[in-house]
Amino acid sequence: MAITWSSFCKVTLRLLEGFETTCLIFALTLVLALPLGLIISFGSMSKFKPLAFITRVFVWIIRGVPLMLQIFVVFYVPRLLWHWPFLSRFNAVIVAFVINYACYFSEIYRGGIEGIPRGQYEAGEVLGMTKSQIFFKVVLMQVVKRIIAPMSNEIITLVKDTALARVIMVAEILKVAEEYASTSALIWPTFYTAVFYLVFVGVLTLLFGYIEKKLSYYKA
Amino acid sequence: MALLEVKNVTKRFGKVEVLKGIDFSLEKGQVLSIIGSSGSGKTTLLRCLNFLETPDTGVISVDGNDIFDAEDTKKMSAAAIRESRLRFGLVFQSFNLFPQYSVMENLMLAPKLRAKEEIKAAKGTRAQLKQRFAEIEENAREILASVGLSDKEDSYPCQLSGGQQQRVSIARALMMKPDILCFDEPTSALDPELTGEVLKVIKGLRDEGRTMIVVTHEMEFARNVSDNVIFMANGVIEEQGDPEELFGAPKSTILQSFLSGIKK
Repeated sequence: MAITWSSFCKVTLRLLEGFETTCLIFALTLVLALPLGLIISFGSMSKFKPLAFITRVFVWIIRGVPLMLQIFVVFYVPRLLWHWPFLSRFNAVIVAFVINYACYFSEIYRGGIEGIPRGQYEAGEVLGMTKSQIFFKVVLMQVVKRIIAPMSNEIITLVKDTALARVIMVAEILKVAEEYASTSALIWPTFYTAVFYLVFVGVLTLLFGYIEKKLSYYKA
Repeated sequence: MALLEVKNVTKRFGKVEVLKGIDFSLEKGQVLSIIGSSGSGKTTLLRCLNFLETPDTGVISVDGNDIFDAEDTKKMSAAAIRESRLRFGLVFQSFNLFPQYSVMENLMLAPKLRAKEEIKAAKGTRAQLKQRFAEIEENAREILASVGLSDKEDSYPCQLSGGQQQRVSIARALMMKPDILCFDEPTSALDPELTGEVLKVIKGLRDEGRTMIVVTHEMEFARNVSDNVIFMANGVIEEQGDPEELFGAPKSTILQSFLSGIKK
């Protein structure tokens, strides 16, 4: 079937609606998983061994099971066990994504934090700084510089992982495009979604490049 | 009365007894050098004084006040340690400057945080805080000038030579106005041609009458600058005294062989 200008515009508008959901999943996951990941990394580095152990087992499970399966679990298990639909489809996606990405982020944080030389902490200590002052004023900014590359990698993966939301019928962009395929036998909208992803990732790549450049004024 | 008094300090890491009962005292305005081969415990001793390690036994007192007593753990709250450790300053072998901050920021970070806390605790005004910050900035400029780095205010540590970094790190320690300034092998990480500028700064501090403890491998320097030298071996003070005596006529065979080993 030929692509007409009017059908192109119509599809674009519909896909943009789906893309809005994609962006929303992306943004909410990022905003919630970034701080949660830091807390989880503190847990896995805790000197209290049982806490460190439990946290690491948790991270192992979350990283060891497909995200798609985790979305199913979060959405269906409460319903099946307790007939309790406590999460909408969209919220179930957010919960699953946030937990999953927080665990990945936590390992990146852990690597970054453990890579800071002991001497940085000691220098802060002998200058009479408190533990939290040392973390926030001395260590954190160095951690950010160290983790910016692995983080940008993970965040770019998140852009594309949002497509998994369709497994529980959340209408993100790829789901919208697939509906064209199944209802109108139109396949090109599915391929067309690539443009949206590429533009999104392109913008992120530029942004991370900018941050890296901003932080390149010093060598750690 | 001695400014610093260290009594029977011991420290073990697992099965290894690194310090086996250290006693010494230091008068105000004196410079004490600690020499000895690697593993003799001299760095651990310095770290104990700065609360980076906790001695297993012993008492450390400054100005007659026990700031550490292994028997009395009440003095060991985090807040108390913070106060006590400011009696000491420490300059590290590897500088440990904060890489993301400029030279001035490195100098002012800790004093500014402290000023903020104090003003907040006293319910002071913003104007008072501004006043304190201005004083800190002025102080930082003075100290930076005294180590000869006025032109490096806005440089970052990675833009400085090792010798310059170590001078900044000395300036940073001075910002906290410590009673006793400690140096942990301050020139060991430096190229030979850069050690001179750092040693010159330390000599200048001695001439100002600063009380200092220097762990060093620079025997010439220890001999010329110190009022007192401690030679450590295997976790004990093997010999101590006047530098001329100690270097000129070492009594113990272990010090004799240490010194002759260095001369080779």
